[in-house]
Amino acid sequence: MAQDARGSAAESSDESSDESATEPATEPADETAILDSSDLNRVLTRISHEILESAKGATDLVVLGIPTRGTLLAHRLAAKLSETEGVPVPSGSLDVTMYRDDLQLRPARALGHTDIPAQGIDGSTVVLVDDVLFSGRTVRAALDAINDIGRPAVVRLAVMVDRGHRQLPIRADHVGKNVDTKLGESVRVRLAEIDGVDEVVLVRNQPDPALTGGLL
Amino acid sequence: MKHLLNAHDLSHEEAVLILDTAAEMETLTDRSVKKLPALRGRTVVNLFFEDSTRTRISFEAAAKRLSADVINFAAKGSSVSKGESLKDTALTLQAMGADAIVIRHSASGAPQQLASSGWVDGSVINAGDGRHQHPTQALLDAYTMRKHLRNNTGDLEGVKVTIIGDVLHSRVARSNVQLLHTLGADVTLVAPPTLLPVGVQTWPATVSYDLDESLPGSDVVMCLRVQRERMNEAFFPTEREFSLRYGFDSERLARLSDDVVVMHPGPMNRGLEIGDAVADSPQSVIVEQVANGVTVRMAVLYLLLGGGPADEGTPR
Repeated sequence: MAQDARGSAAESSDESSDESATEPATEPADETAILDSSDLNRVLTRISHEILESAKGATDLVVLGIPTRGTLLAHRLAAKLSETEGVPVPSGSLDVTMYRDDLQLRPARALGHTDIPAQGIDGSTVVLVDDVLFSGRTVRAALDAINDIGRPAVVRLAVMVDRGHRQLPIRADHVGKNVDTKLGESVRVRLAEIDGVDEVVLVRNQPDPALTGGLL
Repeated sequence: MKHLLNAHDLSHEEAVLILDTAAEMETLTDRSVKKLPALRGRTVVNLFFEDSTRTRISFEAAAKRLSADVINFAAKGSSVSKGESLKDTALTLQAMGADAIVIRHSASGAPQQLASSGWVDGSVINAGDGRHQHPTQALLDAYTMRKHLRNNTGDLEGVKVTIIGDVLHSRVARSNVQLLHTLGADVTLVAPPTLLPVGVQTWPATVSYDLDESLPGSDVVMCLRVQRERMNEAFFPTEREFSLRYGFDSERLARLSDDVVVMHPGPMNRGLEIGDAVADSPQSVIVEQVANGVTVRMAVLYLLLGGGPADEGTPR
């Protein structure tokens, strides 16, 4: 159960699973590819250059991902940044579970891993990374979490997919791909480290609620 | 899981989940703001009918670090000393809107009574009842062992734990034996026959009367406090004889590996069940146990109170 709970908490950053509970899906999953593995890699490269452009270099950059897939993307992004600039760029993981505004709406969920680089984030440029930007509630929680850890000079937001339907006044600074979605659909970012393949797909019918974990 | 009453109520998965959650909570101790918002607006009542220093403070610190409001209730100086019953006290707390009640009581089964009576709606957490159970102590002991021996992941499969001393009066021993067994550790209890409870043969542990025979190969040595306040008759001839035969002194420590973990739930009787030098030795993690108590209790409070009701479908 611990493993399962961790696994489903891992999904919590994927906001796309949010609406899956609204209809009891009976039809099989209908997936449309959005990005394949080489697209995804090119998108990460472009975002890394955008980050360097806006931050004017890689000094004082800290890349923090929201578990689970945001963290993996953050590590990849940091590797690209340090490769381009030739300086080490620290990356880490920021769990936002305890800062969510829907904690009381569900049974307590397992926590993700938080791992802040040793030098901290005070005065640095923090690039927050998540896989899918949807309601904006996860990002709001992340901003609160950052506030408890330190005082960065700047916080930027980078996401692989922006699927619209924002419920809060939040926007991303760096977007891999804007995707028009309906509320009943969901966007799934799969990464080789845990899903065995790099791809982004649009899912129309959710066949298995367990896959989405029923988490926001 | 709504209440935490007994260590044996925890499945292997639940126990590991609590320890994993505690490991995440521990990262908080390095932060400048030692506070998480998870229990904002929740009220935790510490209902202590029996004296306690570390357990009460530990629960209070844990609840406050999760942003809960904490009400401390000590039986001394309350209406309990005027003869108020547990039921009436519980109804009063319910009327005040307690989301969780942390209870310590000298009567075994008091937390069970509180949880099953319908007097209160909130979660009940057993912080020690009589000679019966002290589940959060067992969890913090398991967490401390896992940190030192298993790199703070997984369970305690194959860890050899020797628990010495007053098993008869010890709720810590009962809870530890059950939880350590669930987590896969091998437990040996060492005590004089007079300080072992009836039916100890049915516990999932090896029982021995000879300390020097049992010690070799131990990964963890846990000394239990000789509970004089619960002793109304003679359980051993003299303290000197007890400490010679069952006291964990420097000489016995020296015969073990340098990596052995020495534990004590506190408060200690130095020189009786544990040698003065042993308590202060590098192998002793007794002070760390107290620190781990806060993180483990944060994990328990978060997992019991951090979410909403479980059975309302999957709310949007």
